[in-house]
Amino acid sequence: MSVFTPQPITHGAAGQSSATALPLRVRNLHKTFTLHVLGGKHVPAFHDVSFDAPAGGFLGIAGASGSGKSSLLKCIFRTYLADSGSVTWNLTDGSEIDLVQATDDEVLDIRRDEIGYVSQFLRPMPRVTAIDLAARPLVERGMERAEARERIADLFARVRLPRDLWDGLPVLFSGGEQQRVNLVRALAVAPRLLLLDEPTASLSPDLQAEVVTLIGEARDRGTTLVGVMHDTDLLNRLSDQVIVLDQGRRVA
Amino acid sequence: MSAIATLPTEMVRHDHVASRNAEQIALKVENLEAQYGRGCSACHELTGPEHSTNVCGQCGTVIACADVSFAVRAGRTLGIVGESGSGKTTVLRCLYGDLNPAGGTASLMTYEDGRANLFTASAQVRRRVRNFDMGMVYQHARDGLNLRISAGGNVAERLLAAEWRRVDQIRARAGHLLERMEIPRSRMDTPPSAFSGGMQQRVQIARALANGPAVVLLDEMTSGLDVSVQAGVLDLVLELQRTEGVAMVVVSHDLGVIRLLCERTMVMKNGRVVESGLTDQILEDPRHPYTQLLVSSVNA
Ligand SMILES: Nc1ncnc2c1ncn2[C@@H]1O[C@H](COP(=O)(O)OP(=O)(O)OP(=O)(O)O)[C@@H](O)[C@H]1O
Ligand SMILES: [Mg+2]
Ligand SMILES: [Zn+2]
Repeated sequence: MSVFTPQPITHGAAGQSSATALPLRVRNLHKTFTLHVLGGKHVPAFHDVSFDAPAGGFLGIAGASGSGKSSLLKCIFRTYLADSGSVTWNLTDGSEIDLVQATDDEVLDIRRDEIGYVSQFLRPMPRVTAIDLAARPLVERGMERAEARERIADLFARVRLPRDLWDGLPVLFSGGEQQRVNLVRALAVAPRLLLLDEPTASLSPDLQAEVVTLIGEARDRGTTLVGVMHDTDLLNRLSDQVIVLDQGRRVA
Repeated sequence: MSAIATLPTEMVRHDHVASRNAEQIALKVENLEAQYGRGCSACHELTGPEHSTNVCGQCGTVIACADVSFAVRAGRTLGIVGESGSGKTTVLRCLYGDLNPAGGTASLMTYEDGRANLFTASAQVRRRVRNFDMGMVYQHARDGLNLRISAGGNVAERLLAAEWRRVDQIRARAGHLLERMEIPRSRMDTPPSAFSGGMQQRVQIARALANGPAVVLLDEMTSGLDVSVQAGVLDLVLELQRTEGVAMVVVSHDLGVIRLLCERTMVMKNGRVVESGLTDQILEDPRHPYTQLLVSSVNA
């Protein structure tokens, strides 16, 4: 089991892992919502989107608000079910699986072992403290709770989450505090693929910089990232490649 | 580590406990069907979501559930949601042996390695599976507990059914389980009729876990409890999920409970399954009109 440990900051070009060239291949993905509550109204999310995410790289997704970026990430994670197309994921053992067709149990395994997702919104568990919430994925992968909490404490310190919040309940946190808990929770397990939806949206510039560093470190360790950010400067700075969505279609 | 798994007794079944990476299907159900009434050849045709009823228009039989299929892995939890009368409780009762299904199969990893159909087994075998491999928590404590005998006695009943014979061990395990459910040992000899609703549900959970079951079925275990009391019960169930490695089926009206406890969710209407999937997908991308209504009326 590989677990992310804070290491010296490495600026500059990302280490491109030579192991697998294309861990994630998205092909002709379509998603339209049919809202029966509104008389069967069709709400298109995106059409015919294809892209590859290179191993250990950062693929940025740009586009105006409502262009389908978050829906695309959710389809990869299977929170949304695509109507057609494929999301081919290269498993650790070299085999491939289409996340659109995979069974629920297979997706749950892959979420536990390989793919993380960070959104703007933290989903707190009632009565679970910030540090335990963030440590949970580590514990689920078999790490002792005390050790997991130590890992998380290191990362909380790096994102400057005030120490008196560590044992607090995240429901009561500010947006920026919740976001940091979310990020730390996902980064701590060093997933092979990390889907990031506006991971820095509620953060001040200095905290953004720290998060960018952490994301860079994850990438250097071989994590493939697919990220959505409104801040185009930041997105361009982080990304090895940027694709652009416009009204649900890939235009660049 | 689990307090239950470390109990010093040879009767605790370790084979399916805390096998974190177990990919075995603990429970598999195919085409389960249950009815109230004699039935006719048109029952199937005339019931279900497209007819908005589970009552056969020709013969008046209630098709309480039909074509219900699902599988639950060890260590995972399946939620069942759906409107009142949609057949959720019926499914659990058929599995636990409270009700005889009209058709379908159910297999348990711990019974003949999942190769045999529980529904066609002899009454004696069914009882044995229920006593050794399953646990059930009913919505109403009066259905799941004997309210007149002590709390400890309620747990002991299940241990006796699972052929525990040594009184000291039975007493130790009952006390331990109740303590784990936050019922103090000093209350062990009190009958649950003297307990609050939340405490009664905790006794039921202790009872359901007594035999170290592979499958635990929970029917609306928190409805009717105050929110703060609910929280305590849910915390205990979460804790069990982390430590016991059992497969659970949770029936609840409360989507918050489902979101908290269940990785996967199945939606029922008029006795049929209309949709099933990962819980986050069911809640964020529901496809069936009924599920959309259910989810939107809660988020509204
Ligand atoms: N003993 C019975 N005799 C006749 N019909 C019954 C009997 N028990 C249940 N039913 C019917 O079977 C159908 C399914 O009932 P069930 O109790 O499984 O629903 P449920 O989904 O658990 O509902 P709730 O959410 O209200 O608990 C209902 O139409 C119910 O009226
Ligand atoms: Mg019921
Ligand atoms: Zn009929």
